[in-house]
Amino acid sequence: MDLTRMTAAELSGALAAREVSAAEVTRAHLDRIAAVDGRVRAFLHVAADSALAQAADVDGRRGSGEPLGPLAGVPVAVKDVFTTIGMPTTCGSRILQGWHPPYDATITRRLRQAGAIILGKTNMDEFAMGSSTENSAYGPSRNPWDLARIPGGSSGGSAAAVAAYEAPLAVGTDTGGSIRQPAAVCGIVGTKPTYGGSSRYGVVAFASSLDTPGPFGRTVLDTALLHEAISGHDPCDSTSIDAAVPPVVAAAREADVSGMRIGVVTELSGEGYQPGVLSRFAEAVELLESLGAKVTEVSCPHFRYALPAYYLIAPSECSSNLARFDAMRYGLRVGDDGTRDAEEVMALTREAGFGAEVKRRIILGTYALSSGYYDAYYGKAQQVRTLIIRDFDAAFGQVDVLVSPATPTTAFPIGERADDPMAMYLADLCTIPSDLAGNAAISVPCGLAPEDGLPVGLQVMAPVLADDRLYRVAAAAEAAFAGRWGRPLLAQAKGL
Amino acid sequence: MTTETLVPFAEATGRYEPVIGLETHVELGTRTKMFCGCTTTFGAEPNSQVCPVCLGLPGSLPVVNRMAIEYTIRIGLALNCTIATWCRFARKNYFYPDMPKNFQISQYDEPLCTDGYLDVPIDRHGNDGSAAYGPRAEGGSTRTVRVGIERVHLEEDTGKSLHVGGVTGRIHGAEYSLVDYNRAGIPLVEIVTKPVAGTGAAAPDVARAYVTELRDLVRALGVSDVRMEEGSLRCDVNTSLSPRGSGRWGTRTETKNVNSLRSVERAVRFEIERQAAVLDAGGRVIQETRHLHEDSGTTTSGRSKEEAQDYRYFPEPDLVPVAPPAEWVAQIRASLPEAPSVRRARLQAEWDLSDLDMAALSNADALDLVAETVAAGASPADARKWWLGELARGANAAGLELSALAITPAQVARVAELVSTGTLNDRLAREVIDAVLAGAGTPDEVVANRGLAVVSDEAALAAAVEAAIAANPEVAAKVRDGKVAAAGPLIGAVVRATGGQADATRVRQLILDRLS
Repeated sequence: MDLTRMTAAELSGALAAREVSAAEVTRAHLDRIAAVDGRVRAFLHVAADSALAQAADVDGRRGSGEPLGPLAGVPVAVKDVFTTIGMPTTCGSRILQGWHPPYDATITRRLRQAGAIILGKTNMDEFAMGSSTENSAYGPSRNPWDLARIPGGSSGGSAAAVAAYEAPLAVGTDTGGSIRQPAAVCGIVGTKPTYGGSSRYGVVAFASSLDTPGPFGRTVLDTALLHEAISGHDPCDSTSIDAAVPPVVAAAREADVSGMRIGVVTELSGEGYQPGVLSRFAEAVELLESLGAKVTEVSCPHFRYALPAYYLIAPSECSSNLARFDAMRYGLRVGDDGTRDAEEVMALTREAGFGAEVKRRIILGTYALSSGYYDAYYGKAQQVRTLIIRDFDAAFGQVDVLVSPATPTTAFPIGERADDPMAMYLADLCTIPSDLAGNAAISVPCGLAPEDGLPVGLQVMAPVLADDRLYRVAAAAEAAFAGRWGRPLLAQAKGL
Repeated sequence: MTTETLVPFAEATGRYEPVIGLETHVELGTRTKMFCGCTTTFGAEPNSQVCPVCLGLPGSLPVVNRMAIEYTIRIGLALNCTIATWCRFARKNYFYPDMPKNFQISQYDEPLCTDGYLDVPIDRHGNDGSAAYGPRAEGGSTRTVRVGIERVHLEEDTGKSLHVGGVTGRIHGAEYSLVDYNRAGIPLVEIVTKPVAGTGAAAPDVARAYVTELRDLVRALGVSDVRMEEGSLRCDVNTSLSPRGSGRWGTRTETKNVNSLRSVERAVRFEIERQAAVLDAGGRVIQETRHLHEDSGTTTSGRSKEEAQDYRYFPEPDLVPVAPPAEWVAQIRASLPEAPSVRRARLQAEWDLSDLDMAALSNADALDLVAETVAAGASPADARKWWLGELARGANAAGLELSALAITPAQVARVAELVSTGTLNDRLAREVIDAVLAGAGTPDEVVANRGLAVVSDEAALAAAVEAAIAANPEVAAKVRDGKVAAAGPLIGAVVRATGGQADATRVRQLILDRLS
């Protein structure tokens, strides 16, 4: 039995039945990381010692009869944007190289309390800005389907780790699609929960009004288990919603779409979409209809303005959020040779510590918030955001969920869009509307594009706090596809 | 330091009409900081009251302190403001090493409280006022000026920089700087007045009186200890001049961090004299921030506002909007204490004091102390006498505020009681007070330990009287002959013989009885 091929749910069952120990499960995954991560480069930091210590602790507690949750002893990979005591947190940036945070993010703490084994920190686009991990100061991660291609981003390391069987589960963050897009191009499941449904405390901020932590898994049920474990109200995050976590695990188990009203978003298809993506998406819709869902087409006319609005709001917030990296209290410090004042050291440090994309967005955002430009840029973008929320509200008045392709194309080759920011930004075309509206969305594999044999993601979007609907639809599609494919999609990945 | 040309104050205000405006920062006395659970004790070991949130560590998030919102609403209501039903915090972006996030969470176009006023008595400090402004308050001779309040908003304080190695203590010329983040994140309320015009030569007094009244109000509200010397109340003073009759307002300067009542007055006065000289010479006042030098009472140029920073305000996305429910605001309103001006009028009537006596109490900051002493049982006259007399001298000699003396109003009331019951005379009472101030215990303990009570043992007194008469036969003869005024030496001898503890009035009576 290869423990790394098991799902989190299977591992959970085997651990509870004491068929395997957490130490064995952890060691198997550490061995897998050692074997393949030199090629995948999903991890920035592997915490082997603390993972094994955590596993021993879980085994001890289980041995003494302590009741443990479903994730106790199940390994998880953590995006390097979450603060972690005992491990560095770099956000893929030079400016935070070697920073060891003195506190755990709420989600880190919840994972530890659930007994999940934190294997290490995964690679990401610097400060979560990007769609390929090519913006990481520590080099790109690779797509396990084709090591010459990007694993998506910004949570590309987390997605690659799960797709490469280095971890059954991973957490990431989604600001413009940074969970769903890498999940789609790596052929796994990834969810952006409702904004405020999962705590941002200890998540190094990119764009505060958009950042949403969420789960990755190879199956819909696994993703739901992690979703449930990391969610719920957090008094340390003012924007955290004080409400019960939607019943995502139950919905994933029910996997029933009969009678559900599903809307296909007109605006999220057509020109610019890869033909194989559109054909697999069309098949997925037909499949859902064959399972008893009522499918209609729904228009969301303002979605076409979502990308430009996003690229004003997110950079504006980031220009302010990233101001704190000034060499004064932590992180990189450049030029402090006794001849320069604080301002010069700040400038030199930021010049050396930030990569090109981060600088581009800081400059964009600083400009958009400037006196005299605020109304035309940031103010206008916020109005667009309101219109997009209204589009969703109108759509959800007619249907229970909306569907679209998760990305316009499959994974592109590393380097292809590195010098073309606009082309890179288009990778998030389908995912950005849900971020702007703060509602919930998932990407679940719906097959391989015929022209390149690479995975395609089906995106399902649900209203605020109706995250359970995502799992109901995704699990139904997953089950139906499994019957059709005869084996898990990932079994066809040729990269490793 | 540059020497400025100045126009004498009377001339300046003769030719120009000053317009002033004040921005006052009050550190709230909440137990914990604005956005985290760190404590706010003043004077703690540097960087000992910090956490990931107030240090702005990556990933940390603010959560609003509800008590700070309540305190701000209290201030807003006491200043007759409208309380917002929905408002947001905003980020004010600029780089400075003592600001952990390089933005300050503040409020911009949606302040919590707007559009109020404060009625300020302007002759509390001995200024006789000018008939040009302000009606006399009803039933009294105190003139008041109504100062409009533009806004009251809530923000977080910054850390504190200490520049080491320079001459001035400013960053310019310093060898290095230290930053203490204990203050970072302490809730700070900013109270901004509308422009105050038409006060003429009284403008400096109005500025001072406004800050004094505001300080008393905030203290009465119990939301801050408002100690200017500890920086929990800080003022920026705006001043501009317009040629009399021109109808145009001049360009204003902003004098920063004016940290005593006296400095508020001096800052306005100096700027009037300086700007008048600039305008007289045909020059133009530059819109800029200026620094007040406490030693000389002069101001010098800081950074120019004409190349002003763009703070790129935008709504704080890490915080949900503040929407105080109407019932909560009503509850806070119902719990407001009596306004200081109303209280002063009431106490003045109750104590039957003249305006001058009342002004003296206010000037000495003795109003609360006298009120507490009266509440503890002393008569208003006795309470006033002790606080403005012996205790004021003691405070002066020690360089302390009256309220910082090591004696409580209840103890002062006890001393007054001991005098009125005849246990102490005035001289002994002063001795008891000195001992209490020196830490020798309560008045009763001092009296008991030092045996200071007046000797009222008639037999002992009678013996002393006999001895005094025997020792001074000539004096005794004069008194016998009806020269009552000649009894002084006999009284003195008796008082000396009892170690000062005899009551002189009683001794005099005994001597006259014996020699009649």
